Amino acid sequence: MTSTTAAQGSQAGGRTLSRRMFLKTVTIGAGSVAAGCSSGNSHGGITLTQWYHQYGEAGTEQAVIRYAQEFTKAYPHIRIKVVWVPGDYKTKLATALLVPGGPDVFESSLTLPMAQAAQVAPLDDLFTPAVRADFSPRDLEANTVGNTLYGVKMLDDTGILYFRKSLLAAAGVAPPTTMDELIAAARKLNTPNRKGLFLGNDGGVTSMLNVLPWSAGSDFLKGSQIVFDNDRTVEAYEKLKELNDSGALLIGAPTDWWDPSALIQGMAAMQWTGLWAYPAIRRALGDDVGGMAWPALDAQGSPATFLGGWTSMVNAQGHHIPESKELVKWLWIQNTAIQRDWCLSYGFHVPPRKTVAATAAALKAPIPARAVRDLSEHGHALPPAWSSSMNTILTDAVSGILKQGHSGVAAVKTASQLCQRELDRLLV
Amino acid sequence: MTVETTQAKLESENTPTPRKRGGRSSREATLAFWGFVTPALAGLTIFTLAPIVWGLLLSFSHAQNTIRIGHFVGLRNYEDLLTDPAFLNSLVTVAIFAAFIVPLTYLVSLGLALAVERVTAGRSFFRTVFFIPSAVSYVVASLIWKVSLFNGLSFGFANQVIGKFGSGPVAWIGATHPPWYWFVLVTVRLWLQVGFFMIIFMAGLQEIPRTVYEAAAVDGAGAWTTFRRITLPHLRNTSIAVMLLTLIAAFQAFDEFYNILGGVGASAGNQVLARPPLIYLYSLALSDQDFGRGTAGAFILTALILIVTLVQGKALGFGRSEE
Repeated sequence: MTSTTAAQGSQAGGRTLSRRMFLKTVTIGAGSVAAGCSSGNSHGGITLTQWYHQYGEAGTEQAVIRYAQEFTKAYPHIRIKVVWVPGDYKTKLATALLVPGGPDVFESSLTLPMAQAAQVAPLDDLFTPAVRADFSPRDLEANTVGNTLYGVKMLDDTGILYFRKSLLAAAGVAPPTTMDELIAAARKLNTPNRKGLFLGNDGGVTSMLNVLPWSAGSDFLKGSQIVFDNDRTVEAYEKLKELNDSGALLIGAPTDWWDPSALIQGMAAMQWTGLWAYPAIRRALGDDVGGMAWPALDAQGSPATFLGGWTSMVNAQGHHIPESKELVKWLWIQNTAIQRDWCLSYGFHVPPRKTVAATAAALKAPIPARAVRDLSEHGHALPPAWSSSMNTILTDAVSGILKQGHSGVAAVKTASQLCQRELDRLLV
Repeated sequence: MTVETTQAKLESENTPTPRKRGGRSSREATLAFWGFVTPALAGLTIFTLAPIVWGLLLSFSHAQNTIRIGHFVGLRNYEDLLTDPAFLNSLVTVAIFAAFIVPLTYLVSLGLALAVERVTAGRSFFRTVFFIPSAVSYVVASLIWKVSLFNGLSFGFANQVIGKFGSGPVAWIGATHPPWYWFVLVTVRLWLQVGFFMIIFMAGLQEIPRTVYEAAAVDGAGAWTTFRRITLPHLRNTSIAVMLLTLIAAFQAFDEFYNILGGVGASAGNQVLARPPLIYLYSLALSDQDFGRGTAGAFILTALILIVTLVQGKALGFGRSEE
């Protein structure tokens, strides 16, 4: 059978295309096309890859591409390829950093394991003493592991408790200064069609996990010790349970606490969200909105908010580390115009450098000015040694207290022991 | 060589037609075999076998923020997980979930198959309508369930329905007393799965010979007796296959739990309410970047699924020929 077909093929080769001839032609053709499309740089320089997560505000993607083009004007032999990553950025980034071929420069938050696994390059030499003094100590501390700086802060985020002034006035409620006042205010503002307060679809487990103990005067990690196992933390979480049980919290909104829609669309009278939402809230509600840090737990505590944001880091496994460091320095240390533009023209963030923040006109409005003040007086950040597994452990514990009726003391104690075990493993 | 020449000689002695190409055609056949099988084998080795072996080695290592093997710690990862209350809770959760979803899917898809079999006009329309949801992505369905049907606001679909009966809006996904989120999770999986298994049951039903039904009718058997004595026994292998498939899928549940109780950009506090093992292992490996423990958990889960399916198959007599 095979012999006859082959004979037919070779006999027919003269006039029509046999299958073998066709296969040979196609393979050679495809091979030459593939060889022609080489990935070499035609401009003879190098290309750096820079990853950003998908910012929610319009114009941000165009802005970063513009910054990259401006950099290439200053350094013609370096091209920047900007990658705008939607969806679960942290997971995609983590996967890309595990193998060679990941981004050269990226944004994230520094964690201790990243430095230990040599995933990020030290950036000490980018900081002169003058520059170092211009960043807030907390920003520097959050990006330091073992006395080495591994990142440059790009923008600072902070949380704000926004409230509708008219609704509070109508209900005869003053802006709360303690947790008890807040619970009472939320109850008074609670109506069937509009809830009193929105802290997120899980009743505040995520958004208040760290802020509430901070407002009680507690903390989480100091040096190599887990320090949240105390009665102030327990009291903070029990107050959160009280707030949940009051029925004044909005649960089940279409978006979560970081999105101001719940406040803007009147689903809740107060909302804990961030400074990033200020432009949208101002556009929708004008002067009818006030903002403050999260109130103190009681007379012993103090107001609290978080210091968040994004840090620019260099991939230690990249092939062009000096050029990558140059890019980070040019963008986030030298170019103050870009820093101001990035922080304030699209979203609303505090520029990490004090000199830049001081000259920003947009930060002079009442709510942003108060947020900047609260950030410097009452802002807290978690150190790099606080890992995501400790976060999961604590979230489980608080979720148990709030939703499954676990005892506050027992849950916090167990969580503290588990977190300490994680920390000991990390610091070994 | 010697065998082939002997063979060729024998063949040339027995048959008048000379078979000059006897040896070459069997070598060509072997070459053709390897030529066709090698790409598939290479793909299987590179993308399935090698990762499994690498994962096994990782599960015996301390791999934090790295996937390089080398820092061996023996069975420490397995010990950690088997004493981890969160992981053990997740196994219990998935076992309870499977205990609900497997019989429910079985009953609903069998019921639908029987009902659609009865329909005389428009059977293919009903078949299509029930089957279409299985083409919908789990993620899309989960998001629709969470944001549109079962959101906690008064204008959510479910809340509007119960509002007609005078009840206030219910937080379907965040509330714990009662845990309505189970209703949301089970209904989304049912909606997505039932059509597919209905088709399988319909195929099984069509295999049953008409003569048996006629004989039963002659003997005066009622509808329930016919169902119990004739239909069900003939559907035994189909039933077991359906239950096996739903069980394995239930143990691997991830999409609807991830997207309804949490998801990208959502608060994480609800995730722990119903956290199957894959969600916990996903956060362990990809958020916490502890790849050693993550892969160890994956192997524990695989072993569990293997044991459960083997036990179920043995207990229900899978593969036994029908009497």
